[in-house]
Amino acid sequence: MTTLSTRAEVIERLSRSGQRGVLRCLTCGSVDDGKSTLIGRLLYDSKLLFEDQIYSLQRDSRKHGTTGEEMDFALLLDGLEAEREQGITIDVAYRFFNTEKRKFVIADTPGHEQYTRNMATGASTADLAIILIDARKGVLVQTLRHTYIAKMMGIRHIVLAVNKMDLVEYSRARFHEIVCEYLKTAEGLGFESITPIPMSARYGHNVSETSAEMPWHKGPTLLEHLESIDIEGENAQDAFRFPVQWVNRPNLDFRGFSGTIAGGQVSVGDDITVAQSGKTAKIARIVTADGDWATAAKGDAVTLVLDREIDIARGDVITSSAQRSEVSDQFAAEVLWMHEDALLPGRSYLLKIGGQVVPASVTALKHRVDVNTYDQLPARKLGLNEIGVCNVSTARAIAFDPYKDNRETGSFILIDRFTHQTVGAGMIEFGLRRASNIHTHAMDVTKDRRAAMKGQKPVLLWFTGLSGAGKSTIANLVERKLADAGAHTYSLDGDNVRHGLNKDLGFTDVDRVENIRRIGEVAKLMLDAGLIVTSSFISPFRSERSMVRDLMGDQEFVEIFIDAPISVCEQRDPKGLYKKAKAGEIKNFTGFDSPYESPEAPEVHIDTSLVSAEDGANQIIAYLNATGRFG
Amino acid sequence: MPDIAHHLAAYAERFKAERPQRTRRLSAHLRALEAEAIHIMREVAAEFERPVMLYSIGKDSSVMLHLAMKAFYPSRPPFPFLHVDTTWKFREMITFRDTMARELGLDLHVHINAEGVERGINPFDHGSSVHTQVMKTESLRQALNEGRFDAAFGGARRDEEKSRAKERIFSFRDGHHGWDPRNQRPELWRNYNTKIRQGESIRVFPLSNWTELDIWQYILEEDIPIVPLYFAAERPSVERDGQLLMVDDERFKFNDGEVAQNRSIRFRTLGCYPLTAAIESRADTLEDIVMEMLVARTSERSGRLIDHDESGSMEKKKREGYF
Repeated sequence: MTTLSTRAEVIERLSRSGQRGVLRCLTCGSVDDGKSTLIGRLLYDSKLLFEDQIYSLQRDSRKHGTTGEEMDFALLLDGLEAEREQGITIDVAYRFFNTEKRKFVIADTPGHEQYTRNMATGASTADLAIILIDARKGVLVQTLRHTYIAKMMGIRHIVLAVNKMDLVEYSRARFHEIVCEYLKTAEGLGFESITPIPMSARYGHNVSETSAEMPWHKGPTLLEHLESIDIEGENAQDAFRFPVQWVNRPNLDFRGFSGTIAGGQVSVGDDITVAQSGKTAKIARIVTADGDWATAAKGDAVTLVLDREIDIARGDVITSSAQRSEVSDQFAAEVLWMHEDALLPGRSYLLKIGGQVVPASVTALKHRVDVNTYDQLPARKLGLNEIGVCNVSTARAIAFDPYKDNRETGSFILIDRFTHQTVGAGMIEFGLRRASNIHTHAMDVTKDRRAAMKGQKPVLLWFTGLSGAGKSTIANLVERKLADAGAHTYSLDGDNVRHGLNKDLGFTDVDRVENIRRIGEVAKLMLDAGLIVTSSFISPFRSERSMVRDLMGDQEFVEIFIDAPISVCEQRDPKGLYKKAKAGEIKNFTGFDSPYESPEAPEVHIDTSLVSAEDGANQIIAYLNATGRFG
Repeated sequence: MPDIAHHLAAYAERFKAERPQRTRRLSAHLRALEAEAIHIMREVAAEFERPVMLYSIGKDSSVMLHLAMKAFYPSRPPFPFLHVDTTWKFREMITFRDTMARELGLDLHVHINAEGVERGINPFDHGSSVHTQVMKTESLRQALNEGRFDAAFGGARRDEEKSRAKERIFSFRDGHHGWDPRNQRPELWRNYNTKIRQGESIRVFPLSNWTELDIWQYILEEDIPIVPLYFAAERPSVERDGQLLMVDDERFKFNDGEVAQNRSIRFRTLGCYPLTAAIESRADTLEDIVMEMLVARTSERSGRLIDHDESGSMEKKKREGYF
């Protein structure tokens, strides 16, 4: 067979499509607004459906469809079986199509309020949002919610798709009424463009072809608009940002830093600064498998070689020396919560931003945002799909930019420390202080000296377990044995803390987290004073115990699980609390209506239904001896 | 059709040169897709202890391997490659695989489900679903468990099939390799959650956002070697239930009245030869394949007989651990 086309001709034909690169769009609206139908229509009109897809669509339309004998485009998109059965879209699906001018990635996301997180997920990578409105219904609460989320996630361009115009007789007046009402709210939010288009996705009006029914619409069709909108612009002036992913070291002669440019551009010879350490160097080479480049820009995945050896690891951010990132361990952020277990201020999560992963907690929840009305409401925690503005504190200083300046270096996810679920997403507003300005005053008398004077190593013995398991009894014995051996000790427990330092706290999850946080900080000061400290608190949550462990370090934290079956504890009931809980007189009692999360790997585990208090205490002393912490 | 041994040898040279040079840059959208895939691969290399890249010898695997060679350059990909061999692959695939691995110096593991072989599982007698379940899905599970791999790259694309469209790029699997579509981790920006516990794993799909056309265009622009079966040639085949099957070796079981006939055929997707339908075609160059693709009216997976049962069948397989 003779070759019909030369390679160059084929490439030329291919690269005609997608000359303008990729446009990432988000569609939002509920299934009733015709969202899936619109996307199906775009795929169909751009001739991207294959024969067998059309065949299975026809078959599925008869089985599950809502349009009778006509093709139900929505069925093309609702991918998961459960969704097909229930007729709703529950996740985010990505669709691809292209025209001669551009490639499109469409994130198709559900519209209901309980799927706010899915919409935010789709929005996080989108350049433009298509917000659907049913022309019969007009601007609804959900329209405002979608608009808010688009804004929050940094989308700059909106298409207001007023759909189902066929059901309002293609009325120009109705269209204008809806647009005016929408603009009243949306205009003040600072989008770069808002483009209203009247359309009927089902019949294809103003989707890819102009509508004979709506000659009064002088603007572009949806597809024309998507093909022509300019989304670049100011990127060239952005500050250079390069989060290091991987240190590239094939042999002793080569040391490069691999990553993707998250902002601005870089050229050989540029001065750079490592954000976290402040170390400086010049760019010596920009290495790729296609040869060295002189310049690279945002989005390029390259390997940088510097002109001198400086200490750089995964997580470091290489920045332009002229415009450095912020570096701080405290910042204000807007957080979207994505998990059934609420965000609790004070609880420790893992925060991931670029290659940096650090323990972090919310120190203050300033307010919650009602996404339907944009009202700011007071809140003590954030539930699933709730959005709040808060202060976040990280265990180490991190490098970042405000989200409005850079969506990549300004955003983070929060990960549950035990289930490892992604539980939150955050957009940084501003740093609260520069870590470089905080100088711990160097004291002449150090922790080591204070400890040496007492002839001991400071350590925190953390007793955890159900009420009545025997924590205080054993802690008391341990402290006495330590004191008998000449140790300087202190014991923290419910009575001396709940009546003073923490008397403003109750027993809700939020308060329990704060209770443990304060105890952890107090214990840290006592260790700094050189003491051996015992603490006896139920401390039911793994997250908080692990937060205290992080605060002390493994060497100075010994987790002691005082274990006993709840039936045994209930029988002992030294304070009569189980009786009260059973009678309903106290709420949030651990083991009843509040959970206890057993330690996964405690240093010492004592089952007091099997072992006497005296033996338990000896076991702990033996552990301290054996690990060189005491004696 | 290019001489494949020669092509593979020349291909390997490209990753050896200290300062390779190319004259033209990739198309804009391919550059973006390439960078995204490289970013994903580096993230896995940095965060996981025992990653592995699934290598299925097909064109998508060729692209994924190519991206891995580029991602870590001048280093080699810092992980092994794994081929789950059902023993029913086309012979040319196996030759290609072994030559590629030798030329590039890959650490390639080939896994065969020995128990399945012992039981004599094959697609002719046991049908596609039993064969696939035992020799592919179970075999993959065995290989991942034996290697204690905590992350496995696969070449799946979201445009292939409806349930794929919702799969995350970093797709969490429980201790039994199961996928729970209702409980997927939200995936925002390019910020991938890589945290797992002992025994759990992540499947990683660096080609998620590529379409079939992107794959071909990339192969063309980057001059990536692919198995010659993608190019039309005279090959012995039989027509069965409206589909063309190639008679690749003596194990082929003819139905009554079937005779092998030489036809000019090629494959749009490669798998086990008794389960992979060919199309009649005269496209014997990459350019012709792409031109044919541009006017194609049959989507790619219809060549894979395993997807045909019903619309939800891929989702069911994935829940059980299929890629």
